[in-house]
Amino acid sequence: MNRRRSPLWWPLAALVALLAFNALASPGFFHLEWKEGRLYGTLVDIFNQGARVPMLLALGMTLVIATGGVDLSVGSLMAVSGAVAAMQVNAGASLGQAAGLGLLLSSGLGLANGWLIAKVRLQPIIATLVMMVAGRGLAMLLTGSQMVPFKDEGLRYLANGSLLGLPVPIYGVLGAALLTGWALRRSAWGLFIEATGDNETASRLAGVPTGGVRLLVYTFSGLCAGMAGLLEASNIAAADPARMGETRELDAIFAVVAGGAALTGGRFSLAGSLVGALLLQTLTLTLYNQNVPPAVAPVPKALVILGVCLLHSPKLREQMGRLRIFTPA
Amino acid sequence: MSCLLQLRGIEKRFGSFAALRGVSLELRAGEIHALMGENGAGKSTLIKVITGVHQATGGSMEMAGRAHRPRRPQQAESAGISTVYQEVNLLPNLSIAENIMMGRQPMWGPFIRPVEGRRRARAALARLGLEVDVARPLGACAVALQQMAAIARALDQEARVLILDEPTSSLDAREVAELFAVLRRLRDQGMGILFVSHFLDQVYALSDRITVLRDGGGVGTWDVAELPRLDLVGHMIGKPVAARAAESARNEFRGRAAAGFFQVEQLERRGVAGPFAFGVEAGGATGLAGLLGSGRSELARMLFGIDPATSGKVRVDGREVALHSPRAAMAAGLAFCSEDRKVEGIVPSLSVRENIILALQASRGPLRRLPECEQAALAEKFIQALNIKTRGPETPMGTLSGGNQQKCLLARWMAVQPRLLILDEPTRGIDIGAKGEIEALCAELRRAGLAILFISGELDEVVRNCNQVVVLRDRRQAAVLEGGAISLQRIMETVAAA
Amino acid sequence: MSRLLSSRLLPLFATALVLLVLFAGAGWHYEHFFSARVVLNLFKDRAFLGVIALGMTFVIVSGGIDLSVGSVMACSTVLLATLIMGMGWPVPLAMLVTLGFGAAFGGAQGWIIQAYRIPAFLVTLAGLFLARGLAFMLSPRSLEIRHAVYTDIGARGLPLGDGLTFTLGPIVFVAVLAAAIAVAHGTRFGRTVYALGGSESSAALMGLPVGRTRIAVYALCGAGAALGGILSTVALGSGDPTRGTGLELDAIAAAVIGGTVLSGGRGWMVGTFLGVLILGTIKTILDFEGSLDPAWLRIASGGLLLGFILLQKLIAIRARDI
Repeated sequence: MNRRRSPLWWPLAALVALLAFNALASPGFFHLEWKEGRLYGTLVDIFNQGARVPMLLALGMTLVIATGGVDLSVGSLMAVSGAVAAMQVNAGASLGQAAGLGLLLSSGLGLANGWLIAKVRLQPIIATLVMMVAGRGLAMLLTGSQMVPFKDEGLRYLANGSLLGLPVPIYGVLGAALLTGWALRRSAWGLFIEATGDNETASRLAGVPTGGVRLLVYTFSGLCAGMAGLLEASNIAAADPARMGETRELDAIFAVVAGGAALTGGRFSLAGSLVGALLLQTLTLTLYNQNVPPAVAPVPKALVILGVCLLHSPKLREQMGRLRIFTPA
Repeated sequence: MSCLLQLRGIEKRFGSFAALRGVSLELRAGEIHALMGENGAGKSTLIKVITGVHQATGGSMEMAGRAHRPRRPQQAESAGISTVYQEVNLLPNLSIAENIMMGRQPMWGPFIRPVEGRRRARAALARLGLEVDVARPLGACAVALQQMAAIARALDQEARVLILDEPTSSLDAREVAELFAVLRRLRDQGMGILFVSHFLDQVYALSDRITVLRDGGGVGTWDVAELPRLDLVGHMIGKPVAARAAESARNEFRGRAAAGFFQVEQLERRGVAGPFAFGVEAGGATGLAGLLGSGRSELARMLFGIDPATSGKVRVDGREVALHSPRAAMAAGLAFCSEDRKVEGIVPSLSVRENIILALQASRGPLRRLPECEQAALAEKFIQALNIKTRGPETPMGTLSGGNQQKCLLARWMAVQPRLLILDEPTRGIDIGAKGEIEALCAELRRAGLAILFISGELDEVVRNCNQVVVLRDRRQAAVLEGGAISLQRIMETVAAA
Repeated sequence: MSRLLSSRLLPLFATALVLLVLFAGAGWHYEHFFSARVVLNLFKDRAFLGVIALGMTFVIVSGGIDLSVGSVMACSTVLLATLIMGMGWPVPLAMLVTLGFGAAFGGAQGWIIQAYRIPAFLVTLAGLFLARGLAFMLSPRSLEIRHAVYTDIGARGLPLGDGLTFTLGPIVFVAVLAAAIAVAHGTRFGRTVYALGGSESSAALMGLPVGRTRIAVYALCGAGAALGGILSTVALGSGDPTRGTGLELDAIAAAVIGGTVLSGGRGWMVGTFLGVLILGTIKTILDFEGSLDPAWLRIASGGLLLGFILLQKLIAIRARDI
């Protein structure tokens, strides 16, 4: 019996390989230090400085891609939620009110995406591209295109504090991931999402509410973007409506694709996407350690995405099969 | 009459599957030659071999005395063979003239001469006796005119052989008459026309000779005048009529369907099929019999709300139900196994278990998830009961054989415990053993009180399994046969009636 | 007349109407809006966008999309600046090589889309980041181009009297527009692009060169982006790796507002021209209205884009019902 490898195998192997390379190339990579009651070191930074936002976005993007769609608006929705929360805090609102309103707005815009795709039947790429521009415009309009500094101890703690020696966001992100995974397993949404992405016609004929599935995943993607926006804004105690979340949609797509999901939809793995996000940040850090300027960093990311997509392409598999170098799994 | 296109022993294999097994055919100049056969007989494959979409794996072809071995559609076209496909294969976004001239536009240096192109397009249409504004976009024209444009395109290529694949399936009576007039005129000009249709009336009205295919082999070629309709139907579905009628199973079921719980009243989808009126009783099996294209699947899709009816009523237990979507149909107690397993049935990368529980879960809604243990139990139960051959319930559906996929889909719908199960060609493309199992299963379901609407191109199956048969002809209801009145002979006579 | 108002041309009329209303409204509201200078500036400002949008129109008509144009344009400006200033190449040769780079980049994307059947948006999204990164690799900062030829061609143009000149950018834009119309409607290649967008399988059955045409369309779009980059260096006197961020959306918006249908097969080069002018007019109005937030530009173009997509959907639904 030829059992399929776990979908986590490839991204984990890549992550381990990249970490091993770093261990050899830059000494002290694995060095961890205990200072002032919390853990410091490159490994913690990989998560805390880099991976947490792509991880949050990837939660939503995983489900969107599983239905065979894509959401390009997540970066802009981050800016919207960050800006709204910052202004609410400055207007004297409580933490719950500020965060709640930011999340509500970003989810609402996500729902609008879903409506355009499920009911008006626009292509996901177009609907979310429009939202990407309009959402960015909305964020800038709300703030008068100005950076909004704000101060809220609660939000600051959630973004920068530490609990039991580890940064608070670790608990937040992992908690969100576990909650999402649990909710999908407890309900039948996970099954409906995969069925819709794999064969929409057959699913609809089996009574699956495929329109509802679309509304749900895009709303959820908006919610995740909202959380990521709050986190990013709280981290620097300011919301930057023009730049916050820019090119983050690529990071999220990268995480999902590197996590082993096919862009055509179907099976998804939240854990795979989280590993994909870690892989992304480790790659970025590796490039940084190798003195590649940050502005050039998108190049290898884009190449990895393209490469993974090519590996998914049946045509290439066929060609490779003929060369007998690579046997498709 | 001279022979234009000669096919000798054409074979075509796809992997281990033989789609064509030695088909011979002779198309003469100045004749209209009908190509007939039921689903899977090999008509489309044969046409694709002639037009170069597929390459034959055996046999030889000659076009006007020269060897014909096209590797691409263009080569067949330049040899003088033009094809008009069932789905009009033109460009709805461009004008009629452009569709006719595309790829062969008259040029002036690097530029197209649009005026000259339109003139030639008009000339090609004039040969068909048509005068239309060729600058109109094709998509805005009636299907009949689109078909004419496709034929005009063929004429402009100096075609000598014209192949028409079900050209009349979306035309109304007047349009069909116009098309036939054009085809007769072309025949009189010496063109050889190969015509595929499911409508016996049309075939008899138009063609000079008929070739019948069955299961990838040629049954024979006859002059129309020498082939009674009943014989033609017999050739298409196999075995001589007399022998078949004798061995046909006696129907044991009795019942009065008119009093059934499920009543269809004047159901019609405008321009597609109908009207239909019949009833289905609990524990009964109603067969839909008719040739391919007679409206069998269209009726099923109407009932399940996929392509909803535009008029008429459906009552369940005397109450009217609106079947406007699959979900509504499921709520009314219906279930539907589509004939297109791949596109409308299986969810290939999900597991057998997930495929089996999908409809049940959908009817429960997303929040009341079936507990894991119940899912496993259901999957296990159906795998056992239907003898589904799979490595286990977690195997991806896409890796199963066709027959086992079909059983999984049956299991999916049995799991929701419907009152009326619509089975569209449940035994197509699966092996003999699995066919028998599925028929036995249907009988068992009926004993449990389930009603079945059974659609099959194999009339034997319909006769064996049904206590009521609705016979369809030309997308209309032709007759309802009940109990002892059901026999192969009666069905075939009704189907073949002029 | 009733035929002119048939649904096919309706989007084009809607576009022209929107432009007219915008312009008339602004002219009525702002004192100096109706002037040759404003119109001329509008052309000058939007010339590079116009060239890029025309290339995009070809891609969309063929049934695809190209998200990489903004980055390819940025990369082209830096490449040109590097070739001229860093390596001392003659200006015409450098421009030619830059155009070639754009065409090759676009063509490579088209080849991947065609050969491996990967969705166009994904390939060109990767292309977006690839070209942007390449631009930063060539130069992390803006590069000034100081060259005699450059100052010369920057100043030249058709004198219109009154001290106004129709400068190089607008001239090239109008010339490219004319060429695009000729190619789209008057050549076999152009008609094959429409055929490809109408139905790829039908086009293939008609014996049209589907693969070759698709690759050529993306190459054309890439070359358009490079030409846009060249125009922007002439107008601004520098190459900048950050230029053209978000430009892909403006180009798509211009095409769609001009009546090009996103699912392919239908579109007008003239419509794209009008679309570019509409976007330009909105920007000019925002410039006149100094107090208005520039964010409105994004919201307006996003909203307008959505509005026109919905209009197209409506027309498509109505056409099906008839």
